[in-house]
Amino acid sequence: MSISIVDSETTNAAHRYDDGPAIAARGLRKTFALPAEDVHAVDGVDLDIERGEFVTIMGPSGSGKTTLLDLLGGLETVTDGELIVLGRDISSARESELVTLRRGRIGFVFQDFLLLPELTAIENVALPATFARRPPDMATAMAHLVRVGLEHRASHLPKELSGGERQRVAIARALAMSTDLLLADEPTGNLDSRNSSDVFALLRELNERDGLTVVATTHDEKLGATADRSIHLCDGRVVM
Amino acid sequence: MNVFRLALRILWRRKIRSALTIGGVGIAVAVLVSLLAFDAGYQEALRTDIDRMGYQVLVTAKGCPYEAATLMLKGGGGLRYMEEEVYDRIVVDPRIRQIAPQLVATTFDDGSVMMFVGITDAYADLKPWLEYRSGGWFTGGRADEAILGYEAAELEQRSVGDRIFVPGADRLLTVVGVFERTGTQDDGAVFIPLHTAQEVFNLQDRISGIGIRLNDITELTQFEEDLYDEPGIQVVSMAQVKGTILNLIASARVLASSIAAIAIVVAVIGVMNTILVSVFERTKQIGVMKAMGASKLDVFKIVWAETTLVCLFGGIAGAVLAVVGGGFAEQIVRSILPYAPSGKLIAVSIPLILVALAGAVATGFVACLYPAARAASMKPVEAIRSGE
Repeated sequence: MSISIVDSETTNAAHRYDDGPAIAARGLRKTFALPAEDVHAVDGVDLDIERGEFVTIMGPSGSGKTTLLDLLGGLETVTDGELIVLGRDISSARESELVTLRRGRIGFVFQDFLLLPELTAIENVALPATFARRPPDMATAMAHLVRVGLEHRASHLPKELSGGERQRVAIARALAMSTDLLLADEPTGNLDSRNSSDVFALLRELNERDGLTVVATTHDEKLGATADRSIHLCDGRVVM
Repeated sequence: MNVFRLALRILWRRKIRSALTIGGVGIAVAVLVSLLAFDAGYQEALRTDIDRMGYQVLVTAKGCPYEAATLMLKGGGGLRYMEEEVYDRIVVDPRIRQIAPQLVATTFDDGSVMMFVGITDAYADLKPWLEYRSGGWFTGGRADEAILGYEAAELEQRSVGDRIFVPGADRLLTVVGVFERTGTQDDGAVFIPLHTAQEVFNLQDRISGIGIRLNDITELTQFEEDLYDEPGIQVVSMAQVKGTILNLIASARVLASSIAAIAIVVAVIGVMNTILVSVFERTKQIGVMKAMGASKLDVFKIVWAETTLVCLFGGIAGAVLAVVGGGFAEQIVRSILPYAPSGKLIAVSIPLILVALAGAVATGFVACLYPAARAASMKPVEAIRSGE
């Protein structure tokens, strides 16, 4: 039995993306209203990231790195300011518009991989196509696995893979989501130093070889230094 | 990957929990299917039993008409008898197409019950479908002979030419015929000539009932009215008997329906609980799916597919259980019911199974509404960061 997933959001799928920067933020702000007080997780950030750049966002815990990344990926709504991602102003976008943006334009990598444990590596990589209203394409999914050097693990379940391999599958899945922009939130947070270096080397390779725009958060100064540029955050503000 | 395949993988990964939930749905469906099958089967069996009595009207001695009709159907003690001359008065009515006097007597011996039915040639005319497995009709109206119903012959281990003893009457009868199986109470009866029966059971000039079939069924009401004037007898329409027995069964059905309703509610809660736990466990994954571009509808469909599969598998398991366990359930029902027709009581049919499966899937939809809506409304960031 098979069903195709089609809903009203599909009608908003056609967007034009200009040739401007991958990300442009002006006075970007995200405030969480808590019972005790309002917390400004991102507090007036100005940011430009060009297409094809590899940028790391660095800073101590609680500095707003993850919230900033969530805003850039349309996972979080903007409280104030202007944010243009891949040519689209998402400052005041509705949830359905953010879904459309995420669907096929932005790839995400998370600290704890978040692969679906029921699916094999290649099925995890093929899954975004389902949500992007594309027919299942195992050949393309395998091509993404080849790009991260894991074609020999295609039929393995996540539990049968090492931490480094899982993160590479997650990167392959992010590539299946998008070939424009990859956002990685502490992608090496659960990896040892060798696997961490490998993952950053892979991100760098994808950036240089395929022109993928990569924005990654990290605590690791050494890894951060491998990027084209590092943005440092403190208390929700860019400090250098 | 379509949502059903994804849902199947999710269920397969949680085998024990899925199996328990499917089992719960299966039991509820089995109860429901068995109940509906009993409802249909009992009515059909009762209709067959009454239609195969061959008459539309039963004339009996005064007393409880329904008790009399039931005793005529299944035998048993306590039958009242009337004078045979009643038959002589009624038989001349031109509206009658067929008429057959009967004398039903039951004997008890060492815990076994035998139903003897005294009949005349008219009985065979009333039931043209009666066929012989072996042998044939009585040689005379007063012969010491018996024709056995199919099951009576099996039970007594008798065939044509053998002798059969009438308990309490110290009388031996020769078996001259064995009927083929009819699927009615006739299968368990021992038929003997009416006058022989009157003699054997010391009921000279007595009969227990007169079965009548009219030329025109529309004259039934007037015919019954006319017979009301006959002293010492009563007229029972078999349609009324059928209706009354079904009414009696209806009260048992209400009880069984209540049990089925409880089983369904428990199953719905069980399914909802399983799916809800599954949704909570997969909060992060749902967040990731949303990050990948899954819409609310996509997430809803995944949870819905999971529930649908649980209920579908449970429905199939329940249908199989109802079919396989139908025979066992029938034995229990027969031992409980005061009167059970001869045919198959629990008739599980394909349309019934399809209705039950559709019901299970529809129930699953109701059960998934809350968990699915909850999953669909999760905000991606909150879902991904949950537990941190």
